[in-house]
Formats: sequence, structure tokens, C-alpha cells
Amino acid sequence: MANDPEEKQPSANLPPEPSAPKTPAAGGEPASKPAETPAAPAAAKPAAPPVPAAAKPAAPPRPPAPPAPPKEGPVALDNDLVKRYKEKFGSAILESWIDRKQTILVVARELLAEIALYSRDDEKFDWLSDLTAVDWPKREKRFDIVLLMYSFEKNERLRLKVHASAEERVPSVQGIWSTANWMEREAFDMFGVVFEGHPDLKRILLPDEWQGYPLRKDYDILTQDTAWIRENLGIESGQ
Amino acid sequence: MPDERIPFATHADHTVLGADEIVLNMGPQHPSTHGVLRVKLRLDGEKVIGSECVIGYLHRGVEKIAEHRTYTQFAPYVDRMDYVAAVSNGLGYCEAVEKLLGAEAPPRARVIRTILTELQRIASHLFWLGTHALDIGALTPLFYCLREREEILKIFEKFCGARLTTHAFRIGGLQYEAYDELESDVERFCKPFDKRVDEYESLLTENRIWVGRTKGIGILTAKEAIDYGASGPVLRASGVKWDIRKAMPYAAYDQYQFDIPVGKNGDTYDRYIVRMEEMRQSRLICLQAIENIPTGPIMGKVGKVLKPPPGEVYHAIEAPKGELGYYIVSDGTTQPYRIKIRPPSFINLEAFDKMIRGHLVADVVAIIGTLDIVLGEVDR
Repeated sequence: MANDPEEKQPSANLPPEPSAPKTPAAGGEPASKPAETPAAPAAAKPAAPPVPAAAKPAAPPRPPAPPAPPKEGPVALDNDLVKRYKEKFGSAILESWIDRKQTILVVARELLAEIALYSRDDEKFDWLSDLTAVDWPKREKRFDIVLLMYSFEKNERLRLKVHASAEERVPSVQGIWSTANWMEREAFDMFGVVFEGHPDLKRILLPDEWQGYPLRKDYDILTQDTAWIRENLGIESGQ
Repeated sequence: MPDERIPFATHADHTVLGADEIVLNMGPQHPSTHGVLRVKLRLDGEKVIGSECVIGYLHRGVEKIAEHRTYTQFAPYVDRMDYVAAVSNGLGYCEAVEKLLGAEAPPRARVIRTILTELQRIASHLFWLGTHALDIGALTPLFYCLREREEILKIFEKFCGARLTTHAFRIGGLQYEAYDELESDVERFCKPFDKRVDEYESLLTENRIWVGRTKGIGILTAKEAIDYGASGPVLRASGVKWDIRKAMPYAAYDQYQFDIPVGKNGDTYDRYIVRMEEMRQSRLICLQAIENIPTGPIMGKVGKVLKPPPGEVYHAIEAPKGELGYYIVSDGTTQPYRIKIRPPSFINLEAFDKMIRGHLVADVVAIIGTLDIVLGEVDR
């Protein structure tokens, strides 16, 4: 396992390129289906937002990894918790990481609801503190859906992640935690992620008729739904 | 002639109009919604049988802005979320980025941060108490609460020059050394403050109107509170003894003795009692902290340009309103790839519908008040 943070950005994977090194990013997981693991380690700089603008000072080419041992960064994890999950769900547990002392499990999208239910009832991660999405537009499955859970009994946090493309539906966990209702609505509002089985999936922060999903990386920071603004505010631009 | 007497009103048709249910719109411009919250209420007579919160009027896209600022540049923005507890927001953000960097603030900075954050908790609770009591019809506490809050804001002003959106901390520690009289100012405020809390309590705790308006209103059981993701005083009033300051200590909280007040019934009255007791506990933390502020540097080792290694972190603190969490994804550049803020107000507000059902229209303002929401944080 290379321990170089530069080399290991599980979430920041570029789509596998022929030249990309083929070492599996997560070493300790024989069970993972290779096809499901979008795991070409991002050797290059991870998907920079294709957004503009004045903001990003063109980062100079990163110097070759400094000799100092990496302080932080995701490292593959294989502890008792992961073993229990793998025993129960087998190949549906695609990757497991520890990053800044926090555990991350990447799981199969289809089984998200089952795994969440198991986490709540058997592993006692009974409190969903947040649910959100992250957009990696260059990846084949562009969205990470992230569930942040907490266990009162163990005083631990656990993060579940699934990958989904823009067309794929993610199982809703609203039936498992009522609080997921608004969180999923927000993820839908901001990213256009559709949650299968959500009772009332509609926008929550933006107006219902708004076009576009603002937190996607291809949505520019100055973009707005001009038609909506003209019609509802009676002005040409909200800027 | 057939008997055309109008029958006595039955439960089903008690109005001549046959309007069994009406939908009432409350807000967004309503003094008791604490900002621009709009609530659609479905009413049967005066009883609320359903509700829907419409939010987003203050949506500024803070998370999108974050992706276009450096880590340092984004820090002032978080103050504008929960603008009555800006110091807490700043603490959460700075600590989250420090965790992402693998850096740590030095002991002196951590203690000063703790003092200011606890003062902010008192200020936030005071503001809550004043406005909540005002909503329910007790005008007097507001004046006393704002009088004490003013003292705290003066301390903030002396410390960093700002009263509300303070931007008091920097990533890695503090920008400025604390001013000389910080300890004596905090002491002067804290010493008599427990008497002041007693005074507020003498106005409300056994006041028949207050008890009548809050006891048994908006009950949330422990199981429901966990299901709805409630945190902070809302969760603790339901009997769950959980406080991040104890469970996962940050700043300098592991050095101080304090209790976590919990309620039993999870109603509006218990949430009031819990917050009152929290103010007393915060006072104790401040008094312990000023006893011994370590000397030494106030900035930890962080570079001028912050470039966290790729990866992600979730860091949560116990803000006055509940768990305030920052989930930050770094791609190794100077700008965050994604920041998700877990606002306690947003998630506590979600339980509103559960709490209001079966109560009267007049209880709507009591329940909005008891949730202690700030719309700047709900909408971000």
C-alpha cells in the first residue's frame, strides 16, 4: 500500500485511463468487484472543477512527492467493523478507508438501504447526522452520496458512501431515519440526485420551478435561471 | 311542512360553510417566525392537523461560494450562517480545516476559543430566551436578556473589533493576542450572572401563563428526537444525555468540569429548563477557564497558503443550537473541493411538523421559538 497522499484520493478518481496505474487502490479487499471499483488512483491532480474563473490560481505542477512521510490522507482499512460488514454483505462493501481517523465504507448503491438499516439496528449507528452528495464530473459515476452516521452507544462516527451516475437512482433512507427526508431533498435540489422511494422529492431551498442543479461542478457560480428570474422577479438578472 | 330545523353541529359539519379544513399561510414576513420562515398550516378549526415549512428565502449558496474561495477566504462567510452565534460557527470551521490539515491550535488559543465560544452560547441562549418569551407574550425578559447580551458583545468587540459577525478565530489559532483585561471582563460578567439567570427564572419558571403555554406542547420523545436527527438542547430535553463537548471533546473542553442538563418530557418547558441550566454551566466553564489561561503562542504551525492533503474530514461541534458539522472534501488545492455544512437549525426544524400536529395555532409560535432556529443557517 503506497502511503502517499498524493497517490490516494479514493473519491477523486479520474475515469480509468489506459495509462493509469492499475494497482488496486484498496489493497485489503479481495471481495470488491473490479468493475464496480472506480479505483484508478488519481495520480494526477484530481478532477478540478471545470469552472472558471478568476478564482483558481493555476496550480503549478505538483512537485514530486516530498520525502516526508504523509501526515494525512485516506488509507485502506480492514478492522473488525469492516470484517463484520463484509461478512454480512460480501462484495457489496466495495472499499473501506480510514481518513483522519474517520472510517469510510464505500458500498454498492443497490444495497444502500439494507446496509443503512443494518448499520442502524445491528451496528447501532442510530443517528444520521447528515446526508449529502459530492460531484466528480469526470468520473464515470459522477456522484458520491455520503451518509454520516453516529452511534450513541459506541461514541463513533461512520461514513457510508455510494457512487451513482446522473441517471442512476439512489435508494432512499427516509424510511430508516425520518431526518433523511429534508437531507435527500437538499441533495436532489443541489445535485439532481434522485432518491428512489422518497415520499415527496421536490426542491427545498430553491424555487420549485428552478432549472439546473447549482452544486454540480459544471454549474458556474454566476449561472442563474434567467427565465425564472425574469418571470418571477420582473428583472433581467439577479446579479 | 317537513321539519327544516338545522341539526346540532356534529363533528363532521360544524360550520355552515362546510369548510372542515382550511389552509393558513404564516410568513415569510411574520414577526414570530424569526426571519423568513413560511409555514403552511392545515387547520381543523383552531387545531393544526398538518404543516409544511417553506424555506430557502435566505439561500445564498454558501457551499457554492466555498468552492470558489480559499480555505482562509471562506472563514468569514460561516459567520453569516448562524448570525447570533458567529463565534461558534467560526470555531467549527477553523477546527474542521485544522483537522483536514493535520494541524492543531496551541493550548492558549484553545482556551481562549473555549471562553469566547461559551460566552457566545450564553449570548445565543439569552437572545433565544428573550424572543421566545416575547413570542409567547412575556415582554419583560427580553429587556433583561438583551442587557446581559450587550455585555458579552462588548467583550467580543474588545477582543476582535466586531460584535456580531466576529470572525474571531483563524485557522490554526488566533489572529490577535487577547486584550489585557479579558479575564477581568469575563469575570465581571460571569460572577453575578447566575443571579441574573435566577431573575429570569423568577419571571417565568413558575409563571402560570408560561407553564400553561409551554408544558406538554410540542412533545418529542427520545426515540423521535433521534429519528428526526435532532441535536443540542432539543435532543437533551427529550432525555438523551449527549453533548459533543463531552462525547468528543474539542477546543479545551476536556479540562473543565460541567454537567449536561437533560429534560424528561421533551416538551417546550423542558427545552426552556435545559437551556437555562446550560447558561449556568457555560458560566462555570468560563470561570474555570479564566483561572488558568496558558501562556505561549497563539498560532499553530500552518502555512500562509493552506493546501490540505487530498481526503476528507467531518468535524462537528456543539453549537448553541445543536450539532454544527462541517464535511470538507479536499482535492489537494488551495480551495475546498466541497464543503457541506450540517446546520443544526435546518435539521431541528424538520421535526416541526411532528411537534405541531394536534396543537393549536397559538402554539405554532411557541414551537418555532423552542426550536431556536436562525434562518440564515437554515437556508445558508
